[in-house]
Amino acid sequence: MSPAVVALLVLAAGTYALKAAGPLLLGQRPMSPAVERVATLLPAALLAALVITSTAASDGRIVLDARMPALLVAGVLLWLRAPFLVVVAGAAATAALLRLAW
Amino acid sequence: MSGSGDLRVRASGSELEGGENRVRASGSELEGGENRVSTRTDGSVQQRRALIGRALSLSAAVAPFGVAFGVICTQAGLSPWVALGYSSLVFTGSAQLAAVAVLGDGGTVAAAVISGLLLNLRCLAFGLVMAPSFPPSLWRRALASQLMIDESTAVALSTDERRLRWFGYLVGGIGIFVSWNLSTLAGATLVPSAGTLVTDLGIDATIPAAFLALLWPRLQAPLERAIAIAGAVIALALVPLLPAGLPIIAAGLSVPLVLLAQRATR
Repeated sequence: MSPAVVALLVLAAGTYALKAAGPLLLGQRPMSPAVERVATLLPAALLAALVITSTAASDGRIVLDARMPALLVAGVLLWLRAPFLVVVAGAAATAALLRLAW
Repeated sequence: MSGSGDLRVRASGSELEGGENRVRASGSELEGGENRVSTRTDGSVQQRRALIGRALSLSAAVAPFGVAFGVICTQAGLSPWVALGYSSLVFTGSAQLAAVAVLGDGGTVAAAVISGLLLNLRCLAFGLVMAPSFPPSLWRRALASQLMIDESTAVALSTDERRLRWFGYLVGGIGIFVSWNLSTLAGATLVPSAGTLVTDLGIDATIPAAFLALLWPRLQAPLERAIAIAGAVIALALVPLLPAGLPIIAAGLSVPLVLLAQRATR
């Protein structure tokens, strides 16, 4: 089994456990407020990390290439409340045009 | 799931207790209300239509994300079956994207799985809030739990009545499931992967853009903005020092760091 499939199965099992814990363990105490707060704040940190590493990291090094300007364009489009398709297409177009020019 | 729906779900004890009280009140209305069936049915038909409407618009909203995920899988060399496997079995957009991104970058399975699970911790909170609205049957609870995502919970919580919450959860969950998987399939099969086509067309730049779109709603709140910035800084600083995937997990430390800093500066 490829790593992607192994990761898929383990992640699916773990995710299901998280989803079903509440409904199947009903009657237990709810999550403590502190844990619940951290759980809702975590995505901000992780998503930001994913943004920056998918933009500026390659093979364990920091690399600045066409992805960074593309990200900036995506940011502007998001700020202008463009629909998701436009944001993604704008980023792709920016990277493509920059690579064409160089 | 996409993260963009965003809801602030509070699973604190007091809100669960308050919910139970409301359920008891509507229970007596059900028992005593047989002669008022027609008015109650009219009202709830309207409410059900509203819930279906919300579910449909959310389902449409996630479709572009699903296509993006399918494309990203193809670009990472994964078959459409694997892409579909993620979208049906994991069924949470941000975790799926994270896992595939970590693996594509050469990260370990463990790093990919942990990143995904950290992003999915909020599903635990959703389950605790939704549990009182679920029917008593254990196998129905087990089956329905697979649909425990941002959008299904959001639709459910847009109403206060327990039976309508269950209805909202189901239409939201099923609607998103269908839309998400169909769009994943479309993205995975309609976009070629080989050669320099991906970089020529800038498709690799769609990944950061997709993550940014998922992050964007959370940047509105100052606390989450600070957490996001701190997380990005930590992750970037650790890229040359740690194997792929670990910087992302380490970025989670920004949450306790920022919370502590906030308390310290009060």
